[in-house]
Amino acid sequence: MEKFTKLTAVAAPLPIVNCDTDKIIPARFLKTLTRTGLGKNLFDPLRYDPKTGEENPDFVLNKPAYRNSEILVAGHNFGCGSSREHAPWALLDFGIRCVISTDFADIFYNNSSKNGILLIKVSPEELEQLMEGAERGANATMTVDLESQEITNSDGEKIIFEVDSFKKHCLLNGLDDIGLTLKKESSISAYEKKQKASEPWLYA
Amino acid sequence: MSGPKTLFDKIWESHLVDQQDDGTCLVYIDRQLIHEITSAQAFDGLRESGRKARRPEANLCVPDHNVPTTPGRGGTDEIEDDASRIQLEVLEANAAEFGLPYISINDERQGIVHVIGPEQGFTQPGVTLVCGDSHTATHGAFGALAFGVGTSEVEHVLATQTLIQRPAKNMRITVTGSLPEGCTAKDLVLAIIGKIGTAGGTGHVIEYAGPAIEELSMEGRMTVCNMTIEAGARAGLVAPDEKTFEYLKGRPQCPKGAQWEMAVEQWRKLPTDVGATYDTEIQLDVSEIVPQVTWGTSPEDEIGITGVVPDPAQVSDANRRSAMERSLEYMDLKPGMKMTDIAVDKVFIGSCTNSRIEDMRAAAAVAKGHKVADSVYAMVVPGSGLVKMQAEEEGLDKIFEEAGFHWREPGCSMCLAMNGDMLQPGERSASTSNRNFEGRQGPGGRTHLVSPMMAAAAAIAGHLADVRDLIK
Repeated sequence: MEKFTKLTAVAAPLPIVNCDTDKIIPARFLKTLTRTGLGKNLFDPLRYDPKTGEENPDFVLNKPAYRNSEILVAGHNFGCGSSREHAPWALLDFGIRCVISTDFADIFYNNSSKNGILLIKVSPEELEQLMEGAERGANATMTVDLESQEITNSDGEKIIFEVDSFKKHCLLNGLDDIGLTLKKESSISAYEKKQKASEPWLYA
Repeated sequence: MSGPKTLFDKIWESHLVDQQDDGTCLVYIDRQLIHEITSAQAFDGLRESGRKARRPEANLCVPDHNVPTTPGRGGTDEIEDDASRIQLEVLEANAAEFGLPYISINDERQGIVHVIGPEQGFTQPGVTLVCGDSHTATHGAFGALAFGVGTSEVEHVLATQTLIQRPAKNMRITVTGSLPEGCTAKDLVLAIIGKIGTAGGTGHVIEYAGPAIEELSMEGRMTVCNMTIEAGARAGLVAPDEKTFEYLKGRPQCPKGAQWEMAVEQWRKLPTDVGATYDTEIQLDVSEIVPQVTWGTSPEDEIGITGVVPDPAQVSDANRRSAMERSLEYMDLKPGMKMTDIAVDKVFIGSCTNSRIEDMRAAAAVAKGHKVADSVYAMVVPGSGLVKMQAEEEGLDKIFEEAGFHWREPGCSMCLAMNGDMLQPGERSASTSNRNFEGRQGPGGRTHLVSPMMAAAAAIAGHLADVRDLIK
């Protein structure tokens, strides 16, 4: 996956609570066999008129100031619902590399970090400040620095954030989880040998 | 860790392969279910890196999301929708290439992954089980640690038989009281989600305990665990007991003979130790609940059928108020409307939440001797070929058809509307599925979540209805 180190970009405000993965990418777009090409249907129900297919001019990512957003500032419990990795794939394909909220659904959180997207949890007060910062539009970019765990809001205010140390290491270096795990092959084999002796029916 | 342990702690600790200094764990995964929507990219990943499936027999592949449910459907090659057919063909080809067991659309065992896992005895107490599907939580009903994963993790499990995880927090929801007449496991779990909210379980594994849970059948426990993800937790658990063993005994993939005895002896050690503590404890008495129904676009937006559509103006939290306003606008409902005044266009009985034999029986008992309202299209989609056969042996298909319900072939169907079974924009359903999100059952479609009995009652009445009035 692509590394995440430091990003300075336009941040789009999306103050919807419980934004579910069916909103991020509806099921009918899950018939794809690839990880790419989903960006055009990111937030499809919000972005397009369901009857005409025309762009909804009121939706934030359709506004000229936010078309090139790479950061989302989102409402509580972003990414709840389905386990579809198509949700982070769609975000990434659109160009979003970082989402900031007060909380994320567990599966979405894991899926995002495996695709080089940084998810940042902040307090409700900090989210309010960042939402205001994002509402200033294209001339007011934010900076997210993973190494120093610091967000610089569009007004220059700095917010420190927490991040899982292992996920940080993988994101900073663009590491492939499977490659890392396979270095522990001998531990996996030893586990299997022991389990096969105690629960042989799992190996029947 | 010594001292008294929870069910979750026991399964977690017995599956630790490695633990890093920063707390990151490598956890062994015993079982993986694979379907057509979330797996193609994982197999591509294996091919690109020249990797094999580490333990092919630890997996089970079956198509479910995209399969037509049309009566008398043919094989994969007869699926009209190109993208759907290709996804099934790709799954079959991947299973063959990597040597994984595969159940085809023509096999009588085919069905929704979360219905067939237990049916085949693939799901067992104490195992770790994953699937690229959030409703994998269902299998926790057997005391298995089961959770949904993304496609990258599907690939990780295929290649390594492990996952990189951090331990979840322990939550226990103790449910007391007996379910009143007309209320089922579905009403129980909707009441729980209404109580703790759709993010209430985030970061936790939820163990369901107490007399009301013990009283539930295995089917009922599966319904409860299934919707754990709607409360924000990845996994739900119920301690295995005699009902669990009785359900599993003799299933094709369960141990036999002396190994069965050995397995049961180990499974009996799984329930939480006396004195074990939980990070969060919730209590709920269900003896006074009424049949539940959702009014909004989140599963937490639930209310008793005797209630009225709530008024956002009465809510002080600004975020919650605006979410409610948006939900009501999408659902085309006005505050104060009686829930029983809401007319429905379609009724869907099915999904991994409510498509097992007990659900079929409950809906048929309500439907028997009545007719579906002229304004309603009602469909019943059994969860697997085996559920369908069992229901037909019991004559349930005839009861449904005589009442005007459509009896279909097994699959995920209108739960997520990938296979052509869907709502049209503006249409409204009473549905036994698990999610009432905007557009979930078709763009612009409006969903009210209910139990199978309540769905049957809505089909007959033509509007959301209190099933207790029908079964008096």
